[in-house]
Amino acid sequence: MSRAMTAWIVVVAAGVGTYALRASFMVMAHRAEDLPPFLRELLRMIPAAALAALAGPALLRGGEQHQLALWSPRFLAGFVALMVAWKFRSLFATILVGLVAIVALETFLTT
Amino acid sequence: MTAFGQGARDLSPTLLGVVPFGVVAGLAAVEADLSVSHAIGFSVAMFAGAAQLVAIELLASDSQLVVIVTTALVVNLRLVMYSASIAPYLVNHRRRDRAVAAYFLVDQAYALSLIRYQRVDGEDLRIWYFLGCGVTLWLAWQAATVVGALAGNLVPDEVPLEFAVPLTFLAVLVPTVVDRPTLVAALVAAGVATSTSRLPANLGMPIGTSSGILVGTALAMHRRSR
Repeated sequence: MSRAMTAWIVVVAAGVGTYALRASFMVMAHRAEDLPPFLRELLRMIPAAALAALAGPALLRGGEQHQLALWSPRFLAGFVALMVAWKFRSLFATILVGLVAIVALETFLTT
Repeated sequence: MTAFGQGARDLSPTLLGVVPFGVVAGLAAVEADLSVSHAIGFSVAMFAGAAQLVAIELLASDSQLVVIVTTALVVNLRLVMYSASIAPYLVNHRRRDRAVAAYFLVDQAYALSLIRYQRVDGEDLRIWYFLGCGVTLWLAWQAATVVGALAGNLVPDEVPLEFAVPLTFLAVLVPTVVDRPTLVAALVAAGVATSTSRLPANLGMPIGTSSGILVGTALAMHRRSR
């Protein structure tokens, strides 16, 4: 199956699934019992883990063989961007600084 | 001003952060060799930034369909919490209205509405405030997506625009790391995912995510019991 076709199936399946999550309590309008602490903590970990699992390899690995490249332009630019994100909490600033950094680093480190 | 208008007004300041995110969502789709229609499809069907980017990243690395959909829904699980906590405030509205409103349940609309409902009591038009937030955000999101998708096609390949996607992950990641368990969850997830990134079908990502969730939850529960 082509990526395009798979993507459409994801659009529909993830779309319907996401709506189901949203509608879960709102449509039933039950007053939900408090979630047990275990579930609450588990839910809290999900965004941090999922985003880190994507950002980590994206910044630390590069090239065709997925070789570990610790001091690559990607890693350094990503590190700078992380500091900006931490300090300024602005998505716009993070992207701007990160893109400028990677273009600058790739230009200076590969000439 | 109507409740809807007040919702729209209160939401507007957050658009500064939302619009770049939407642009990245559109951009990511075309950078992953998907069409502008795909980009719009994702933003209309899912209307959830982080999950959209996760799904697109997994598609770009040719993960299995089941893994992609499951991971996207896992990322969106917090919507169930939002749904549960906002539902009691909307009991007086008809089910069909609540069903429509549910589509617009996003972080900002949820947060603002909750603040409002706790401050302003017994308002009959609660659902309209919520919709004011949600619809405004939806319009901005769709417009931003289209801009991002078109920009992705126009900008030359030398500019590494797809780098904006991991940058967005970082920017959204930072506010979610608030204590040691969440920090550990993130570090474990990143470490495991990076070490296993050569596995086929990008299995490293869900494996890393699950590892991070498990270790983080274990740490958080351990701290509670002390």
